[in-house]
Amino acid sequence: MAEIFWTYVLPALIIALQSVVLMVALLVAIAFLLYGDRKVWAAVQIRRGPNVVGPWGIMQSFADLLKFVLKEPLIPSSANKGVFLLAPLVTTVLALSAWAVVPMGEWIDGTTLVIADINVGILYLFAISSLGVYGVIMGGWASNSKYAFLGALRSAAQMVSYEVSIGFVIITVLLCVGSLNLTDIVMAQKTGLASWIGVPWLTFLNWFWLPLLPMFVIFFISALAETNRPPFDLPEAESELVAGFMVEYSSTPYLLFMLGEYVAIVLMCAMTTILFLGGWLSPFDFAPFTWVPGLVWFVIKTCFVFFMFAMVKAFVPRYRYDQLMRLGWKVFLPLSLFMVAAVGLVLQLTGWAA
Amino acid sequence: MILAGAFFYLFAGLAVAAAFMVITARNPVHAVLFLILAFFNAAGLFVLMGAEFLAMILVIVYVGAVAVLFLFVVMMLDIDFVELKQGFLQYLPFGALVGAILLIELILVLGSWVISPDIAQHAGAPLAADGVTNTQALGQILYTKYVYFFEAAGMILLVAMIGAIVLTLHHKPAAKRQNIAAQVGRDPKTAIEIRHVEPGQGI
Repeated sequence: MAEIFWTYVLPALIIALQSVVLMVALLVAIAFLLYGDRKVWAAVQIRRGPNVVGPWGIMQSFADLLKFVLKEPLIPSSANKGVFLLAPLVTTVLALSAWAVVPMGEWIDGTTLVIADINVGILYLFAISSLGVYGVIMGGWASNSKYAFLGALRSAAQMVSYEVSIGFVIITVLLCVGSLNLTDIVMAQKTGLASWIGVPWLTFLNWFWLPLLPMFVIFFISALAETNRPPFDLPEAESELVAGFMVEYSSTPYLLFMLGEYVAIVLMCAMTTILFLGGWLSPFDFAPFTWVPGLVWFVIKTCFVFFMFAMVKAFVPRYRYDQLMRLGWKVFLPLSLFMVAAVGLVLQLTGWAA
Repeated sequence: MILAGAFFYLFAGLAVAAAFMVITARNPVHAVLFLILAFFNAAGLFVLMGAEFLAMILVIVYVGAVAVLFLFVVMMLDIDFVELKQGFLQYLPFGALVGAILLIELILVLGSWVISPDIAQHAGAPLAADGVTNTQALGQILYTKYVYFFEAAGMILLVAMIGAIVLTLHHKPAAKRQNIAAQVGRDPKTAIEIRHVEPGQGI
């Protein structure tokens, strides 16, 4: 019995505890990121933003949570009830489960701060983010409403289109790293351009954003489109349409959709950080910066990418649907395809390929 | 190994149950959703076998792309359940015959299949143990020994894709298209004209 406890039960308990800690930290962080998102948006438009609940309004997200949870969940009488309630759960659970493989820092003994350090980490993230479309389709179909269904079709087409270019961007990064493991991807950014041109203390030049700058831009824009963020929020388009596929949802199911969307957005920020901004590595390799723990750098970088997401939301007008499709299929797809070939050629000719 | 065994029976049982639901579900959309559940459990089985790359590719390709298209098509269908049931008895003997033939063929194939005991021992083992990951091992075989077959498969898929596009693409001359370069290239000289309009007269 004791052996079973030590080999199976204890590791399972530890993993469960780690997951709970991560999820609580993530959800609290998202509550404040949501507040920050609205504040940035307000500041750009010279408004005050949320400022009533708590000091400077920082408890606004929790007030919203209470409001949503206490409202009555309405289910349309002709809706397909099971699928209708399953859709928001699928969205949220998938978005949260992706965080299991995101490495956020290093322990003192050099192991990675991550729940599951799997070999195919980046493929896992890609798989989970490509499944996000199911919540949308199921929600739109189960609502049994024309508007929700049309919104779901638009949203699904958009998410599927931009996945293609995200896939190619990931492939270029993988070509440079030679591994599908997220920790290896971060570690591969320890040396690079800066040490090559003789300024090894400027470690932020080592990261992939500089040598792969076009892919960084494509990834950022595709991440906006993949997570249905403005300027690509066509499915929702609050000033034009009602709420796309979410039109029949209310109360907690609606909250779950919004939560899943924001978890996916922060996941995309974390992915940008890992793939292009050196993960938890310090941007400078000298004294005050190297004392800061890696987790802090990871959080700062993720927040910076989220800030860029918020700024884009504030000052870029919404795309029209045909322009969105044109950008995805006629601009990003050929460009990223060409870059995969070009990066492969450069790596092969210079002998940098591992 | 107890845990692996438990997970095997969990995934295998769920996969079979989901596959059963695919063919018995009344609503075709539910059937596709159960198909997705079956795919997921198959991916879980791959992970248990130590083939994590195949598992992820299964989820990305089949669940993330192919099943989405299934779901799209099935959702667009306008299905009349009453009409669907009418032909059931009429087609039952024919369907049973096809099923029986398939079953006999499967039994014949599987019954005559001889697996050498050496291979059977290694059936569940991960591909490579000496520090080579699953993905690397697959790549090393795929891009060296089977590179021509791989290229041929890629060419066939490319031709199929081009064929599908050629079959469905038709330019409507009446449809208005946006020419972004022309829009951006406009300047006040070509876009604005100042006219002096006399009072009481139009242009």
